[in-house]
Amino acid sequence: MSDKNSSNFKSWPVTLILGLFSVPLLVMYLYLFIDTFTNTAPGSLIPNELTFEHWRFLWETEPGTVSIWQVTLNTLIFASVMTLVILSVSLTAGYALSRLNMPFRRFFLAGVLTLHAFPTVTLVIALFIVLQFLGLYNTLIGVIFIKAALMLPFGIWVMKGFYDTVPWEIEMAGVQDGASRFMVWRLLVLPQIKPGLIALGVFSFLEGWSEYLMPQIFAPEADVQVLSVYLASLIADDQKFDFNLFKSIGLFYVLPVIVLYLVFQNKLMNIYGGGSKG
Amino acid sequence: MRILLDNFTKKFDDVMVINNMNLEVRDGEMMALLGPSGCGKSTTLFSICEIYQCNGGRILFGDRDVSNVTSQHRNVGVVFQNYALYPHMSIFDNIAFPLMVKKMPAEQIKKEVHKIAELVHIGDLLERKPSQLSGGQQQRVALSRALVRKPDVLLLDEPLANLDAKLRLEMRSEIRRIQQETGITAVLVTHDQVEAMSMCDRIALMDHGKILQVTTPNDMYHNPQTDFVAGFLGNPPIAFLDGVITNGQIQLKDSAIQLPLPSRVPVQPDGKIVRLGVRPEYFGNQAGIELQGQVSFVETQGRENLYDIRLGNGAVLRSIQPVRADAGLGDSVSWPLDTEQILIFDDQGQRVA
Repeated sequence: MSDKNSSNFKSWPVTLILGLFSVPLLVMYLYLFIDTFTNTAPGSLIPNELTFEHWRFLWETEPGTVSIWQVTLNTLIFASVMTLVILSVSLTAGYALSRLNMPFRRFFLAGVLTLHAFPTVTLVIALFIVLQFLGLYNTLIGVIFIKAALMLPFGIWVMKGFYDTVPWEIEMAGVQDGASRFMVWRLLVLPQIKPGLIALGVFSFLEGWSEYLMPQIFAPEADVQVLSVYLASLIADDQKFDFNLFKSIGLFYVLPVIVLYLVFQNKLMNIYGGGSKG
Repeated sequence: MRILLDNFTKKFDDVMVINNMNLEVRDGEMMALLGPSGCGKSTTLFSICEIYQCNGGRILFGDRDVSNVTSQHRNVGVVFQNYALYPHMSIFDNIAFPLMVKKMPAEQIKKEVHKIAELVHIGDLLERKPSQLSGGQQQRVALSRALVRKPDVLLLDEPLANLDAKLRLEMRSEIRRIQQETGITAVLVTHDQVEAMSMCDRIALMDHGKILQVTTPNDMYHNPQTDFVAGFLGNPPIAFLDGVITNGQIQLKDSAIQLPLPSRVPVQPDGKIVRLGVRPEYFGNQAGIELQGQVSFVETQGRENLYDIRLGNGAVLRSIQPVRADAGLGDSVSWPLDTEQILIFDDQGQRVA
């Protein structure tokens, strides 16, 4: 893609309009950042004092609560295991749906698409009963399975799209060259869908990292809490209402997302580009 | 190695594409499968390498029945129409892939790849990626990858279709040279009669899943068995005239013109309906029966011109001859038809003589 503007199109008006609309957002982010390091007198917008006390959650744990690091670890496990499950299932299922002449292929394709559009909330009670029955309620594994299963239709659909862009002649050429179907997949096809794999991986991780509803319902207890649930429980506590602490933890929570997004933003666009090679 | 298709049958679901085809490709021969699109030539090719499984009959390499042998074990080199190079690998790795799969030692792979790269004239491109190569170079890479593991047979699926006209000419002779130097048995699928005639030892002309004629290019041109074969081969194409045998001569339809039968043709019964095939080179050049007509079309081809001549009865004859000043569009001309060279078919399109 080229950054050059065509001669009959000036970019600055667009930049200006987009900039104006983005200002409220930017101001919010700015205050999120400023407020975590300062104290501000009530009724004022200008901070009057520099302080690190809002970040004290990093090194001390208040009695009756869990350490932030335990919660962060939980979130990390939740997001990455979920990502792994989604990647491995989508990789294989996507290939099968795209390439293999298997029975009920159309049925599976239609099913995947339907499930993709299925409203999650309607499943909550059924899932709760199933988890309770299996003894997976209030465990990370349980909520990982649920979130991964709910995201799989999307993942499979995206991977199938990427597989569809690999010309079948390449696979046939590989088979003619004496390679088994598995070798062809691993050595010839996989390298070509790598952009899709990375995009789906980052996307799933971000999705898992920011997930609130499922962990809140299926794993609310302190020792399996993830950051989003922890954050919510913080403002649910009416006794000590600490806005700046809330903001600091919020910033702590959102930092990895911003970093990941900055690093992978080009790769993420692949998902929406329908799988053309970036 | 000889390829033999013995009552080969291929169906897609319930659609019969090829029914009981028999074809032998001799050892070391280059055979063209020629025909219009949809005639089953690519299906046949892909069945030889087991991309499609055959539904009946046998496929033999040499004396070995390979009908139920998988692609991986058939030892067939295939060049695909779009080359199917592996885009993420260097040219070297592309060519080395079949050897790597075989787990050949790295030293030997290197030697073999360089040897084939020399043969195909791409020795200096080995470090590049396929996207950095021109179409002709990609074609050469595809060819070397197909040849590097010394396959029993080489299959080429429209290998020149994606090249521009000049490269096509060059690769035509290159592929033929490489095939002859390696002595490999090859099957070429094409819809271009010029490719088939210029590159191959023999041509199998197909239509609707059937082989109409198998013979050398020269013989197929001069002795087509049906009017379809006659019409398919030759550029500019043959012209057909309708006629009836009258008094041992050919009476052209709706006209008073009578043409003598060529001397090689046995006596034909009166009233028999015939179709005459007249190649453009036998009209307007040699001596023969003069035919009156009007020039209805002139196409400049450089050294020669192609003229369409509309006869009195509305039929059109083509003539190719050196550029001449006395025949412009709309002019009346009287040109000789070499009746000895007329091909005669019956009303079913079968060759009479």
